[in-house]
Amino acid sequence: MNTTNKNQPGDPSVEIADELRRFILAEFLPGESAANLRDDTPLRTGGILDSVATLKVVSFVEQRFSIEVEAHEAGVEHFDRIADIAALVRRKRGT
Amino acid sequence: MAGAATASLADLLEASARRDPGRIAIVAPDGRTLTYGELDLAASRVAGFLRAHGVVPGDRVGFCLPKGLASVTVLFGAMKARAGYVPVDWHGPAARNATIHRDGKVAALFLGEARHDVLAEWPAGTLPKLLVRVPMSATGSAAAHANVMHPFPLGAHDFAAALAHAPLAELASPRRRDDLAYILYTSGSTGVPKGVTLTHENALSFVDWCSELYAPTADDRFSSHAPFHFDLSIFDLYVALKHGATLHLVGEELGKDPKALARFAADRRLTIWYSTPSVLSLMAEFGQLDTLDLSALRHVLFAGEVFPVPGLRRLTRLLPRPRYWNLYGPTETNVCNYAEIPLPVPDERTRPYPIGPLCSHCDGLVLDEQQVEVAKGAEGLLWIAGPSLFQGYFGRPDLDANVFQTRAGRRWYNTGDVVRHVDGEGFVYVGRRDRMVKRRGYRIELGEVESALQRNPALREAAVISLPDSAAGVRIDAHVAPVTPPLSIIALKKWCADALPPYMSPDRFVFHATLPRTSTEKVDYQALKAKSSEPSP
Repeated sequence: MNTTNKNQPGDPSVEIADELRRFILAEFLPGESAANLRDDTPLRTGGILDSVATLKVVSFVEQRFSIEVEAHEAGVEHFDRIADIAALVRRKRGT
Repeated sequence: MAGAATASLADLLEASARRDPGRIAIVAPDGRTLTYGELDLAASRVAGFLRAHGVVPGDRVGFCLPKGLASVTVLFGAMKARAGYVPVDWHGPAARNATIHRDGKVAALFLGEARHDVLAEWPAGTLPKLLVRVPMSATGSAAAHANVMHPFPLGAHDFAAALAHAPLAELASPRRRDDLAYILYTSGSTGVPKGVTLTHENALSFVDWCSELYAPTADDRFSSHAPFHFDLSIFDLYVALKHGATLHLVGEELGKDPKALARFAADRRLTIWYSTPSVLSLMAEFGQLDTLDLSALRHVLFAGEVFPVPGLRRLTRLLPRPRYWNLYGPTETNVCNYAEIPLPVPDERTRPYPIGPLCSHCDGLVLDEQQVEVAKGAEGLLWIAGPSLFQGYFGRPDLDANVFQTRAGRRWYNTGDVVRHVDGEGFVYVGRRDRMVKRRGYRIELGEVESALQRNPALREAAVISLPDSAAGVRIDAHVAPVTPPLSIIALKKWCADALPPYMSPDRFVFHATLPRTSTEKVDYQALKAKSSEPSP
């Protein structure tokens, strides 16, 4: 069951998650099927994002969604799954 | 000042503690500090504890601890007891860390409680006879850990017992410069890490050379960015403590965050910084250096890999005041060449800076494959001799035979690095002819990555290549043939994360039905490189 399908189309959290998925697939997982990168796939602990790759995701998120991510927010607790990153973006944007 | 009487790295600490016991020696990632007097006493207690539990001179003492007060205390405690220390990557895969400590036949193991998963990797009955549990609250690391008691085997000691033990009294036999000091494990081409074995003499010859060149004082504030299993830490720990300076430990999490790291350097008013070029590049790019006051910085040293010129130019423009030093040398010799970077870095320069002349305590030769000296200016392999030369790979005389050569009664080590000697520049680094690459300062034997992938039951074949990359310096591609395609790249990355340190994980996976072979049935690496160089679909 793909967790991305839980929400309605047009839901901003789905759009944020899908943008993150597209970015991570293109940058760090070229050739991987989008269905394998779920909202709850561990990114840091699963070896998909190392520390340098995480910086690139933080930069992408800051620019694309016009928010500022604090250093302590980019750790494993807040940045290990697409769902968590999307939630952080939503919180920051107040949407 | 430590002089001819210095026999051990522990002597450096003791001399500084006698001079000024109240001075701060270490500032831990959690902000706690140890004065010279406190560190010296704590290390003497650990040494007394080790001796009382049967650790004898020449034994190895392993630790798997985060950067912090406990790790510094343990390594000095081991050396005070005339044992050598064997550090491993705090975040390294459990199986790899256990393999290293088994290979080093450690008599004692200090294990941070959060890494109790390492214990499961020791077959029953093989654990070192002295096992010490270090609660996370006692490590002095910044990581927020719930201090849960994890099940440790019966008979494990608590770190508090070591710190409460009576200090080691007068040694029955004096310390010697040729005593084992530490073993640093680096990537091995057949999949098993190899232990570079170094004595106090090896380290002290380098430390003394640093004293002459950088003339540190007790007022200096040193960064300690490199983890203790990485040889850049030798400079940080022993040059700083020899001169009674203060060492500011950078914790694992902070070390990966360039913005916070730059703020740390400014807040602590660091005067001497040493790290890999990749860390400095990230700080120049993401650290907002223009908003910080880093005016205390006198020397910026970097080593471990080539510093790409654009990053170096950006850094030195943002911070034009300190002097910049490119240091070169494998773990086997520590630093053997050095070059100061003349500022400013010109706009048009693209060629990396030379590694420079030999350090005064090292000798060098450039030889061809037949071990004949090449003409000046020609390419050849750099061989090094001198007092910093390591003793050998621990328990691996087969590997030693490949890298050592006696010429005119002196022992020489083949670095495997191809260089040219150029008038006015010293040595220029050209590259390597074998399968070792460097990423973020770490040595990576592509064979070790390959061997980890070949153990994956979902893969029929695996081969690994490296390619130059304009941004990262080096990219690692894994070419694999799955047993049952399609195979998820995410699953392969997870496999690598469990088997290898993060810097060894391949950047890309390329799938094949079967790997291309040469006419002699060997994997055709040239064909794989060609395939990797094709533009992505």
